[in-house]
Amino acid sequence: MSETWIHILIIVCVLLGMVTIAAGLIYVERRMLAVWQERYGPNRVGPFGIFQVMADMVKIFFKEDWIPGFVDRKVFIVAPTIIMITTLLSFAIVPFAPGIVVANLNVGILFFLAMSSLGAYTIVLAGWASNNKYSLIGGLRGAAQMISYEVFMGLSLMGVVILAGSFNMTDIVMEQKGMWNVVPQFIGFVIFFIAGLAETHRLPFDIPEAESELIAGFHSEYSGMKFGMFFVGEYLGITLVSAMTTVLFFGGWLGPSFLPPIVWFLIKMFAFILVFVLLRASLPRPRYDQLMSWGWKILLPLALLNLLVTGAIVLYNQ
Amino acid sequence: MLSSIRTVWLVFLHMFKKRVTIEYPEKKAFLAPRWRGRIVLTRDPDHNERCVACYLCAAVCPTDCISLQATEDENGRRKPEYFRINFSRCIFCGLCEDACPTYSIQLVPDFEMGEYKRQDLVYEKEDLLIDGQGKYHGYNFYRVAGVAVGVKGKGEGENESAPVDRKKLVP
Repeated sequence: MSETWIHILIIVCVLLGMVTIAAGLIYVERRMLAVWQERYGPNRVGPFGIFQVMADMVKIFFKEDWIPGFVDRKVFIVAPTIIMITTLLSFAIVPFAPGIVVANLNVGILFFLAMSSLGAYTIVLAGWASNNKYSLIGGLRGAAQMISYEVFMGLSLMGVVILAGSFNMTDIVMEQKGMWNVVPQFIGFVIFFIAGLAETHRLPFDIPEAESELIAGFHSEYSGMKFGMFFVGEYLGITLVSAMTTVLFFGGWLGPSFLPPIVWFLIKMFAFILVFVLLRASLPRPRYDQLMSWGWKILLPLALLNLLVTGAIVLYNQ
Repeated sequence: MLSSIRTVWLVFLHMFKKRVTIEYPEKKAFLAPRWRGRIVLTRDPDHNERCVACYLCAAVCPTDCISLQATEDENGRRKPEYFRINFSRCIFCGLCEDACPTYSIQLVPDFEMGEYKRQDLVYEKEDLLIDGQGKYHGYNFYRVAGVAVGVKGKGEGENESAPVDRKKLVP
């Protein structure tokens, strides 16, 4: 009985923790972007502007939630929830610390890949349901982007799976006790991180959004909390990809014992979140055909090669 | 590829540079003396209004935000009966200052003119008229002009020769 309660507690903590982190990233991102652009960013509301998050949340909750008359109503309402649901579901398989994992699935990575692929529906459906040409182009680009990154994303993780001999995330972390996967799987790490950038639709790969070209792309017609869902979904995606990078390539909770495992996990995760923001601050957006050709012509062969070499070495050592 | 990584690194280094932001309400940016801000009407060294209501400023104003009506005092000195600038339309281009023949209308370095009601942005002559001479000191239009309006007598102005006696034969 008490085990069930602990499990429920873990679920609630992960859910609330992740949503809180995602909301807090609104502040972190604005502040860090400002730091890298030699500005101050939001520093007025509360100490160091921390309560800016609260102000933003209050604002977005009280904004008019307008559904334009020309949209496909049902799909329009469902679309923003998909990204939240799929991303939050993906957190179920992330091991935050020994024992702190919602679902210790033996197909953990496959579940993550499946959920992140489903996340692409939010863009396609939102772009389609908005009945607006900019949104449709955004949705189209989202689909094009998805078919280019999804393939090498999965393949880049297979090297890790070969090394661990398991799809289970906890096993993958335990396998990295001697050496973090980033050393033998450096190419896999780079490819996965690029795919993760594309998956979260962050700059430089915010091609479906592209505010300088498509107004706001797939969420041009959204307002109020529906827009907020896309927003929080994007930050959840950042958190998820950072957490996955930590778990798969940087040893998850492993670290010197003077700090508890969960702290090591969070430190590593936030380091990657900051890398996301840094990349946003520095890199321009490629054309979407450039991303596609890059994905199919360079990253996919590279991922395959990485898989081949890793497999060969593992077989040779047996 | 390498240039992208270099870009990321260079952007990261910006973290350690000085912030360019001036945190406005506490610290204020330097405004140059000729900064084009709030418009004022100035007075001449004798403390009279410089404006002669020639309408040149209103004519040159690209947004038509200046409106005035000329009148004359008992000496025949021209002055505006009312002078009104609608600052909700003013674009602070400074053409009125350029057009003004008497240095009356001037733009001063001040921009903090926010109001809650739009009507409050319409400045009347009392709001515009300042006590001093503004940016151009010592100039008094009626001291160099030919007409006598009580400021000086005929032929007594600066660089002005005495009037010709039309009834004398000798030139």
